[in-house]
Amino acid sequence: MTFRSVILAASSVLAMSAGLATAKDSATFAMQLEPPHLDPTSAAAQAIDSVVYLNIFEGLTRFMGDGSIAPGLAESWEISDDGTVYTFQLHDGVTFHDGSSMDAEDVKFSLDRARAEDSTNAQKALFAGIESVEVIDPLTVKITLANPNGNFLFNLAWGDAVVVAPESIEDIKTNPIGTGAYTFSEWVQGDRIVLERNPDYWGEQPALAKATFKMISDPTAAFAAMMAEDVDAIANFPAPENLPQFEADPRFQVLYGSSEGETILSTNNKQPPFDDVRVRQAVAHAINREAIIDGAMFGLGTPIGTHFAPHHPAYVDLTGNSAHDPDKAKALLAEAGLPDGFETTLHLPPPSYARRGGEIVAAQLAEVGIKAEIINVEWAQWLETVFRGKNFGLTIVSHTEPMDIGIYARPEYYFQYDNPDFQSLIETLNVTTDPEKRTELLQKAQTIISEDYVNGFLFQLAWPTVANAKLQGLWVNAPTAATDLSAISWTD
Amino acid sequence: MTRNLIIGAALSSLVVLAAVMSFVWTPFDYAALNIPDKLQPPNPTHWFGTDHFGRDMFSMIMVGSRTSIAVALVAVGIGMAAGVPLGLTAATRKGSWLDELIMRGNDLVFAFPSLVIAILITAVFGAGAINAIIAIGIFNIPVFARITRGAALSLWEREFILAARVSGKGAARISVEHILPNVANLLIVQGTIQFSLGILAEAGLSYVGLGAQPPTPSWGRMLADAQTMVSFAPHLALIPGSAIIVTVLGLNLMGDGLRDWLDPRLRVARS
Repeated sequence: MTFRSVILAASSVLAMSAGLATAKDSATFAMQLEPPHLDPTSAAAQAIDSVVYLNIFEGLTRFMGDGSIAPGLAESWEISDDGTVYTFQLHDGVTFHDGSSMDAEDVKFSLDRARAEDSTNAQKALFAGIESVEVIDPLTVKITLANPNGNFLFNLAWGDAVVVAPESIEDIKTNPIGTGAYTFSEWVQGDRIVLERNPDYWGEQPALAKATFKMISDPTAAFAAMMAEDVDAIANFPAPENLPQFEADPRFQVLYGSSEGETILSTNNKQPPFDDVRVRQAVAHAINREAIIDGAMFGLGTPIGTHFAPHHPAYVDLTGNSAHDPDKAKALLAEAGLPDGFETTLHLPPPSYARRGGEIVAAQLAEVGIKAEIINVEWAQWLETVFRGKNFGLTIVSHTEPMDIGIYARPEYYFQYDNPDFQSLIETLNVTTDPEKRTELLQKAQTIISEDYVNGFLFQLAWPTVANAKLQGLWVNAPTAATDLSAISWTD
Repeated sequence: MTRNLIIGAALSSLVVLAAVMSFVWTPFDYAALNIPDKLQPPNPTHWFGTDHFGRDMFSMIMVGSRTSIAVALVAVGIGMAAGVPLGLTAATRKGSWLDELIMRGNDLVFAFPSLVIAILITAVFGAGAINAIIAIGIFNIPVFARITRGAALSLWEREFILAARVSGKGAARISVEHILPNVANLLIVQGTIQFSLGILAEAGLSYVGLGAQPPTPSWGRMLADAQTMVSFAPHLALIPGSAIIVTVLGLNLMGDGLRDWLDPRLRVARS
């Protein structure tokens, strides 16, 4: 054997082992937060949807990675001319993971459960317009709405609107049984959740046979786990400062997407002095968005001037309303009778956009005389004090629900904005189906809250995903919380 | 004077000097953000570089030393103020129920892992420098109580105490007039050691976010902030880390040196 043939032999061994490596059919995804349970229809926690939406549970319609709505369990549908009656044709031969078949009765049960008086669904507003759900035959469902709703197919795509099996409701939180391409395998609390491919899936068989969701809350640990290739992908990577290192490493790919998260300096509109629009405007002019995006997010994020996603076609750029202008801020404070500024609190939840962004915001507010005391809180404490207790002055949080400008029409919502004009505008919007009219109303809504300086509008949260370079099919953007496993595969 | 004492005192006074200086002068405003200048390595303008918000690290270290010293000093003060009287009292009534009560109580506090309890205290009563001081202070009490009692017990056997008792002085008066001055050396040495442990504890609490809150600079929090950036801006971690090392090393060397210097037996040997 010559030296050359040794090399050839060795390289063919290498090639073989490389060939074996690409036969990989499992993947591990890191998650920052552990889901409280696994029922997407009874909690707002995004972590639940990240695991179960589309994988275990499916709805009549579904989100695609680009944010569009596609048929899910419903094969097709017809909408009556007045826009109030939707007749859905269901896919034939769909079974739940326990073997029972999925039919119109299950759809009726799921929707009736979600909109019931005692329902614990986190997004009941999605179903508010439904007047009745009728079973025509096992594969046909008729839904009647009180008023036409241009968003109805979008509403049905949410994780909160998935179809569940009546007989599995009892244990749904620990043993979710749906119709999806993956079945629930195990959940080791505090460590991981494992899903396995469903051989009886009604649709196309996905490439990955097994998916593991690993809980890694600490950004440093997430960085280390990715570098060691212990995990294959991390969506919404928590430390933007580390992204250039992954980009420089050929083992990894970084996908820069956008989320639905409007990151805002939420302001308690009922708490003096924030009940004065001049004070809120002063806060808006005191803030320098570029510095916050640069300092807290290392440049990732798009400035926003209202509560609306810039990638949405109806978005209007209103950042000019709240341009950085400390002198104007001081003048407005003086006009509002607070020439020496005032003291307030700034509650900051754990993500770095809030903790780091908060330090910058506090320093910028200090420049115009507003002393904001930083109070770092954990999520549980934030929900208790800020969200439910409404006991705060300012807080920074990213509102990650898609198309959620409607929250400004809820006076009891934690930032307590109460404007009847805006509320009636949203009511009109909800019953408007004409796309052009909708856009017009949406733009008007954006303008009202921008000119009322309801909150400090900071930036649209970026959605960086770090993944193994060989993993393909990951969603770049995050139109809703989801890990669409059936689209993901390994390349050769 | 020993070499340890000189080196230790020099390092410690460097830190104290920085803290005192920071009240009247820092090269830059420690709280001023200057994002375009972020993450600069040490250079002639910013001697210790800048952090992720473009703040001057040298100014932050100076002001941070204030936080460290204040927390550790008050915590040692709490430990001494409560621990020394407890130790003296226990020693006057050796073997009595009171002695047992005090010392077993101390054992109980001692048995807890101190940093974990400090985290518990700050988690329950809220994060902040004041709660950190109290949490660290409580765990200094048994240290001083034990050392005081131990030393006082042996003193109670000595002739000059017997003489004082014969002259009709009460136990409390003897404790203050005769015992305390004779255990003072020990307390100073122990105080120095506890001071350095206090600085470490403060850094630890700040590291987990339970010490002084932003924008007040603190060495521990600077370390925590540096965590994800060590790979491309190592000075962010090395500088506050070195500040902690210099301070703790200085205080420990000084404590060691003081013990040698103040110990009467060693002094006799030297002369």
